[in-house]
Amino acid sequence: MSRIANLLFAGVVCLIGAMFFVATSRTALREDSHATPDAVASVAQSGDVSFQSASEPAAKSDGEQEAYPTVIRKPSGPPRIELAGTDPQGRTGSVACSTCHRVRQPNLDNKTAATLDEFHQGMTFSHGSIACYSCHNPDDSDSLRLADGTLVAYQEVMTLCSQCHSKQAESFAHGAHGGMNGHWDLTRGPQMKNNCIDCHDPHAPAYPKMIVGFKPKDRFNAPLDHSHDHEGAESHDEH
Amino acid sequence: MTSTETDSTPSSKPSLPIVENFSRRAAVKAGFATLGAGAFVAAISPLRQAAKNTSAAEFMQTHYTELSTEQKADVIARLEAETKEKYGADVTIGDDRPIPGTKFVYAINLSVCNGNGKCVEACHKENNHDRDTNQSYIRVIEMPKGTMDMEQGSTTYTGVVPKDDKFYLPVQCQQCDEPPCVDVCPVKATWKEEDGIVVVDYNWCIGCRYCEAACPYHARRFNWKKPEVPAAEVNPDQSYLSNRIRPVGVVEKCTYCLHRTRRGKLPACLEACPTGARVFGNILDKDSNIRWILENKRVYILKEELGTKPAFFYYFD
Repeated sequence: MSRIANLLFAGVVCLIGAMFFVATSRTALREDSHATPDAVASVAQSGDVSFQSASEPAAKSDGEQEAYPTVIRKPSGPPRIELAGTDPQGRTGSVACSTCHRVRQPNLDNKTAATLDEFHQGMTFSHGSIACYSCHNPDDSDSLRLADGTLVAYQEVMTLCSQCHSKQAESFAHGAHGGMNGHWDLTRGPQMKNNCIDCHDPHAPAYPKMIVGFKPKDRFNAPLDHSHDHEGAESHDEH
Repeated sequence: MTSTETDSTPSSKPSLPIVENFSRRAAVKAGFATLGAGAFVAAISPLRQAAKNTSAAEFMQTHYTELSTEQKADVIARLEAETKEKYGADVTIGDDRPIPGTKFVYAINLSVCNGNGKCVEACHKENNHDRDTNQSYIRVIEMPKGTMDMEQGSTTYTGVVPKDDKFYLPVQCQQCDEPPCVDVCPVKATWKEEDGIVVVDYNWCIGCRYCEAACPYHARRFNWKKPEVPAAEVNPDQSYLSNRIRPVGVVEKCTYCLHRTRRGKLPACLEACPTGARVFGNILDKDSNIRWILENKRVYILKEELGTKPAFFYYFD
């Protein structure tokens, strides 16, 4: 009996000890949980507001169903030539194409910069075997012209490009060619798209080569020779 | 008690046996009792550690899908306060829910992608990835021409791109309609939402990494350490299921930037792409770009034979 009593007593002591521990740790938790909502309450107020405002305009614009436009960027105007020299007052300036070309006879046969004896000589041209005046307008050098001779402003350069590159133009119209920014959902905001010459140099339209900058350092990017797996496998082979 | 005394008194006459008996047994018992108590304390000590690492509110937080609106607001306020405390950045964490009538789909023009990696960088910045590891949800694979076998590609390429005998395959989460990662999650911390995006409740994830092993596209990432992001570089436009700064020891993944796309904006990787290879849209919209591509281009699905039914398409011009 005494042994059982002693065992019971030890058990009760252990139980009390255990309850004490659990109780203390629980009260610590509970104190924490009491403190957190109080401390957070003021933040919750402000958080709630932004929470609401984030979802409200979305609901409104859904109801309106008013579509924002898709904006295609345009060149600001005809190109201007920066003058190399300065005038006596030290000012530089730029001139329009027509400043020179109005008084010069256009050479309709010219196809590359190499055959020019004056001006535009360093220019690289790699755009099929078309002549300069296929696209530039001999009658008004501050504008372009289509294949049928119709005048096209520099701002409408995409009309010009599209007459040959209809496949790309079609893809562009469906968002499958060319970069864009803004919204996919036009009921919520506008979308901005690049035009042809934002990415392609009209005189050498092949997309330029680029240099890789950013690389994640994950296990797939570790060079094979220094990876842990490989070293492990090697040492296994040696053994 | 009386019986004990009567039993022990006769034998105890010569040499105080009660004291001897008591000291031996009691010493052993007390020893074991101490051992037991010690073991018990050791057993519950992780609770004290847990209390130190996570606040009680975080510990008691239920699954995201079971939270009421008020509870969500509390949780988000707590997370915003924690971000302020730990990272020194003022952020707004939204709770962006799927837009009714949308299913997001991505497409990449492999004829145009030149592997420059701008999308990888944009993802890194947009989603508040750890700055030290340059983590990102996107991996661009340099592939030999003539195969779509991912294993033949390499992600370690550098220098001038594109190389003549190579093409470039950006791989990120494909938001599968039959996601193997969701099937294997033992705690349902990851699931597929109505607009097709597979999300993770970072506060519910136990970090077992089953999903990482199950994903055939290597699209999931594990936070081996606490993400380090300088306060000035933290993207303050955050969402609970998306780019809020993840705790250590949880799995994360691409969410098609749902903190942007569910607000109508384009994903960050698309906006960063200088070649315009990326297309994003709502496949349920008959007039969307993505529908036109699926109907008019040669479209390819990565690892189609696995039956994962990705919401991610690759096409050629």
